[in-house]
Amino acid sequence: MGLTTPVDLSVRIGSLQLANPFIAASGCFGYGVEYAEALDLSRLGGIAVKGLFLSERQGHPPERIVETPAGMLNAIGLQGIGVHRFIAEKMPELRRLGATTIVNICGSTLDEYVELARILSDVEGVAALELNISCPNIKEGGIQFGCSLHGTHDVVSAVRKVTRLPVIPKLTPNVTDVASFARAAAEAGADAVSLVNTFLAMAIDVETRRPRLSNVVGGLSGPAIRPIAVRMVYECRQAVTIPIIGMGGIASAEDALEFFIAGATAVQVGTANFVDPFIWQKLVDGLEQYLERHAIPGVAALVGSLDTTPEHA
Amino acid sequence: MPVDVEARVIRNTRLSPDYNVIALAAPEIAAVTRPGQFVMVRPARGLDPLLRRPFSVFEILRDEDRPIGITILSKRIGPTTRLLFEAAEGDTISCLGPLGQPFALPEPDAEAWMIAGGVGLAPFATLAESLAARGIRSTLFYGARRADELFYLSWFEQRGVRLVLSTEDGSAGAHGRITVPLAAAFQAADGARVACYACGPEPMLAAVSQLAAGFGRDVQVSVERVMGCGMGGCYSCVVPMKTPDGGHHYVRSCISGPVFAGSSLVWD
Ligand SMILES: Cc1cc2nc3c(=O)[nH]c(=O)nc-3n(C[C@H](O)[C@H](O)[C@H](O)COP(=O)(O)O)c2cc1C
Repeated sequence: MGLTTPVDLSVRIGSLQLANPFIAASGCFGYGVEYAEALDLSRLGGIAVKGLFLSERQGHPPERIVETPAGMLNAIGLQGIGVHRFIAEKMPELRRLGATTIVNICGSTLDEYVELARILSDVEGVAALELNISCPNIKEGGIQFGCSLHGTHDVVSAVRKVTRLPVIPKLTPNVTDVASFARAAAEAGADAVSLVNTFLAMAIDVETRRPRLSNVVGGLSGPAIRPIAVRMVYECRQAVTIPIIGMGGIASAEDALEFFIAGATAVQVGTANFVDPFIWQKLVDGLEQYLERHAIPGVAALVGSLDTTPEHA
Repeated sequence: MPVDVEARVIRNTRLSPDYNVIALAAPEIAAVTRPGQFVMVRPARGLDPLLRRPFSVFEILRDEDRPIGITILSKRIGPTTRLLFEAAEGDTISCLGPLGQPFALPEPDAEAWMIAGGVGLAPFATLAESLAARGIRSTLFYGARRADELFYLSWFEQRGVRLVLSTEDGSAGAHGRITVPLAAAFQAADGARVACYACGPEPMLAAVSQLAAGFGRDVQVSVERVMGCGMGGCYSCVVPMKTPDGGHHYVRSCISGPVFAGSSLVWD
């Protein structure tokens, strides 16, 4: 088989059109500009920039990361320059480079999310808002929304009212039933949901009996979490009709394919970008080859195509 | 611009039961590396260990004048350094670089002091060559636990570097930490123009920075923090930098460093 016309890698997330379904995950790609020398940022499907609060934040003291089997824990503590400096210092460069910029926002209160959404809605070049209601590493930020169905609903609908940008709440896996959170987000007017953020986890140095992270606990990411993330995307796909942006441990095109088939319209890649900052072209090439090999015209046709009929029906 | 090279191991020389120097074929990296820069290395094939590790570029290897590769000085302490210790000629190792801010080179009329503790010798071979090429007189203050953990002494001597050694057990050079002979040298240097560079364990960098400050001098220190990416993506490798209000803020040692003015950091 094989196709004569090129396969279509573009995907739609609400009103947002992405050239390909591969997005740099928040917190794993700085503010994007750090990679501008090494990569053509306009070739990425999108860039979810590092989580931003209204004001600057110090973050946690080191150690901030520790490696674990096929993964890593992080407790960065959302160090960041704040939304105003981001707009002044980073957005001009991101616009100039043609990056599809998704801004990941964090607040301690509902009003802060609303304020951030208002401010960013007027900024040229901001393509979408990802609501970080799922960072496991800080006490005051977002997670109290992300761990309550009412909180999720309230923050999404409040932000929805003040912006025309696509609103993408990012869900935490640290709940019993992630699909119910996707549903709450959809009902509140979310254009899409992204999942998963990291799994709350811990590592201990047995010689010193001290935690390996200064924050004691941190978020687990990387290939170790991928099967759980795939399952969670699959559950959400059955619960909502809005697009899902899947992530968790993707390190190859084949890994990403699992997410598309489970129901993700696009995917984000975090930890694997640390290992290979040139992964983006490899993901595009691998996806293209797969689609050609299976004579599938585009990514859209693959999304949610999981076949669960009995094999010997 | 950093490049990612699947570098072939040209040779792997064991210097002791823990230390090795591994030579990697990476002409693209060798051609553009400046003293003080580092590479992110991954010898593993599967998912463990997952992340790359940062290493100073130790030597630039040349064939005639043509750069053909780099070496890394490594001490076996964890899974990546164990793989580097055991790597065989012909193996390939993923090597991303060069990364980070290099050392600032001194004015031609100054002299240079390189202050190394243990595996902190790593950035000073390339620096010594750059200094020699500019005709700058240099001294290596080099401390280790024991005499048999002082490496590459003749290499530095051949390049005209004066050696001042110390060992914690007194088996070579001054007995004790390198700050002992260094303090005497600061005392004797008086007003001479000296550019100081230091790399080693953080308590040593703190002591050297404080010692230098006591003589009204500054040191360019190369810090070695746990790094996730080496490119500024993850904010894990931060060091506390002083702010004008007497506080500090965290800066990424991968892209703002690894070289910093010793006086600019908070040492505790
Ligand atoms: C060092 C680090 C920092 C992160 N910072 C953020 C952040 O600021 N905002 C956010 O929504 N997610 C953050 N995350 C979570 C990632 O965006 C992603 O959800 C998670 O790592 C799973 O994907 P992965 O396995 O591909 O890394 C961070 C992850 C890591 C490893």
